[in-house]
Amino acid sequence: MTLAVLILGAPRDARAFCGFYVGKADGALVNHASQVVIAHHDDKTVISLMNDYQGEPSEFALVVPVPVVLQKGQVHVGDRELFQKIDAYSSPRLVEYFDSNPCQMLMMGRAFGAAAGAIAMPETAAMRSEAAKALGVTIEAEYTVGEYDIVILSAKESSGLQTWLQQSGYKIPLGADRALEPYIRSDMKFFVAKVNIAEHNRTGLTYLRPLQFAFESPKFMLPIRLGMINSQGPQDLVIYMLTENGRVETTNYRTVKLPTGMDIPEYVRGEFGDFYKAMFDEQVKRNDMRAVFTEYVWNMGWCDPCAGPPLSRDELRSLGVFWVDDQPGGAVPMYRRPGGFMPYPQPMGGGPTPVTLTRLHVRYSADTFPEDLTFQETQDQENFQARYVLQHGWNGSPTACEAAKNYFDELNKRKAHEAETLADLTGWNLEDVIKKAGLTPESQPKPWWQGIWGS
Amino acid sequence: MDVFSSKLKLWTSSFADPRLFQIFSLGILLAAGAYFRDFSIRPEQVVLTFAAGLLTQAACWRLTPSKPRTLRSAIITCLSLTLLLRADNLIAHPIAAAAAISSKSLFRFRRKNLFNPATFGLIFAIILLPGTWVSPGQWGQDVAVAGWVVMLGMLVTNRARRGDISWTFLAFYLGALAVRLEYLGQRWAVWTHQLESGALLLFAFFMISDPMTGPNDRRGRIAHAALVAAIAYAWQVRLYRTNGLIWALFIAAPCVPLWDAIWPADKFEWTQNGGGHVFSANPDSRFDDSSGADSRRAA
Repeated sequence: MTLAVLILGAPRDARAFCGFYVGKADGALVNHASQVVIAHHDDKTVISLMNDYQGEPSEFALVVPVPVVLQKGQVHVGDRELFQKIDAYSSPRLVEYFDSNPCQMLMMGRAFGAAAGAIAMPETAAMRSEAAKALGVTIEAEYTVGEYDIVILSAKESSGLQTWLQQSGYKIPLGADRALEPYIRSDMKFFVAKVNIAEHNRTGLTYLRPLQFAFESPKFMLPIRLGMINSQGPQDLVIYMLTENGRVETTNYRTVKLPTGMDIPEYVRGEFGDFYKAMFDEQVKRNDMRAVFTEYVWNMGWCDPCAGPPLSRDELRSLGVFWVDDQPGGAVPMYRRPGGFMPYPQPMGGGPTPVTLTRLHVRYSADTFPEDLTFQETQDQENFQARYVLQHGWNGSPTACEAAKNYFDELNKRKAHEAETLADLTGWNLEDVIKKAGLTPESQPKPWWQGIWGS
Repeated sequence: MDVFSSKLKLWTSSFADPRLFQIFSLGILLAAGAYFRDFSIRPEQVVLTFAAGLLTQAACWRLTPSKPRTLRSAIITCLSLTLLLRADNLIAHPIAAAAAISSKSLFRFRRKNLFNPATFGLIFAIILLPGTWVSPGQWGQDVAVAGWVVMLGMLVTNRARRGDISWTFLAFYLGALAVRLEYLGQRWAVWTHQLESGALLLFAFFMISDPMTGPNDRRGRIAHAALVAAIAYAWQVRLYRTNGLIWALFIAAPCVPLWDAIWPADKFEWTQNGGGHVFSANPDSRFDDSSGADSRRAA
């Protein structure tokens, strides 16, 4: 299975949008990240592409290499809310005092749409087909689904495909033919979508809904290379993998679990988005931007703690989890506990379902990710979540009792340790962290000799 | 005194056994992987792998008494398994290790074991044991580069006599990948990225090169290397399946007797005194403890 996004002829403002997040702008976090949901089972794949394209709908276009020709019934326009739900469910989380969804902002910014000057010349389908043939491009299928006009192309030569796209009003970046070539040579087809303005107006929506397509192919991969053509810097991609048996990992890059379970200073509660962003940046740096990060692995039936409710069976089916229907309704299937073979006791609010969600987050650049991502579903059923702990101190006085004094000594040590952890995770300056955490010299641990002879 | 000096001589010369260097390099790779990389192997799994593997080896000795008694091969098998096999439970590793070691006694043809034990253990685990997998992407660039340096250094310093199969395999396999890359019009960075797989290293220098399971004659080894490379390529590039190398070696194993029949040669034997090999036609009696084992069995 396969997908990739080619950012077509991004105009200047969109190009800036394609860069990575560089800082706060009026308090708004803008992070360039694409989101993809992939349901994969038995060589059957359903891909949902979330696009948060902000520009004019008429300027939007998308080129995705796909392994087979997709007929109209294989393409669907999905529901944007499902992406928000699956994001909320799997987001990195603060425990104890949990913001309803601290990371939502962080993960929201994404764009893989971009511009095609859809100034297509008025011409008949027959004329288009003839012109295409002359360029070695075959229009395999052409239809409208929802607000999208879709063309499935196959091509013999990348230069012909590039010319066809240009003639059809798509702004192709320089070097696109070089990037298209490997896909043509591996006999892949091209899914090209642009917005049908009349249909879009009819929906009454101000945004573009996610595109979904279903196909059967042994290729379990995600062609990210096309999207690098006109990219100036690293890009972020969040992939939600829905599988039956276990965790998904990349087979041609390292898949690394993010640091998790650490105690961090209480003040992070108010700026969890910043913390997570800084930590992710730091981990990317430490791995030379050559790793794919696992943010979440959990059976879709439950969560602990829950950052958002698990998706219902219907919602999962909307995202392409076609195999859940095969289960007898209501019955809890046997589920293997990590390290054993006992079924889980039925957790609150429904039992484990035969669906595991793996959330992968990758920041890639053309240099560090020379190949498309390929995946495998492992049989690993161990749960994992990016989870950070706030441990609030007791609000009493050190003079309240004898034990209180020791408690506060320990508390200060703990707080100092939390500050160090935070600085280490994020690469933030330790002195700044200490200052922000409100650690004053008075609250620093007392020297060991103090108190030996009475105060 | 004489006895002592001859023992000392024997002991020092035993360092020339290539298996000691293999154990050393695999140990370094495992330590580096566990420390610098999240290899997701738990210490308990390592301990259980070795416990089960070495106990199985001891049990096998009682059944097939004619072997020289050294745990070196078993240690290499256990190290390979801990480097490659991953499991979300504690029972998979010891079962796989026991299966790997016992395969040396169970699947034999003309006094040779058919499967490389680590390969057999891996395939056994991923087919039959729940919660197991192999992570081909776990190595990362720097570890793999270090691995190449160590492996190449080993070949140069160790005069490994069966190195020809490693080189031939790498030439066929990497050559095929290079031709494909040129055909697709991809950048060479893709090819160098494919070299970063530590699994490829381990495979080329520890698994396919296993002299106990490879063809005896050089021509047989070259034919076998080509066959394994072809199967691995088809598995990975045509069928889009993972772990093509391990599957290819497993699938091609039954062809080894065929190569040995076409190009007969003496069977390889490990020796502990000189790093080379002696032939089964002329076994080094110092290391043949069959008489001792036979008498035990008789008793």
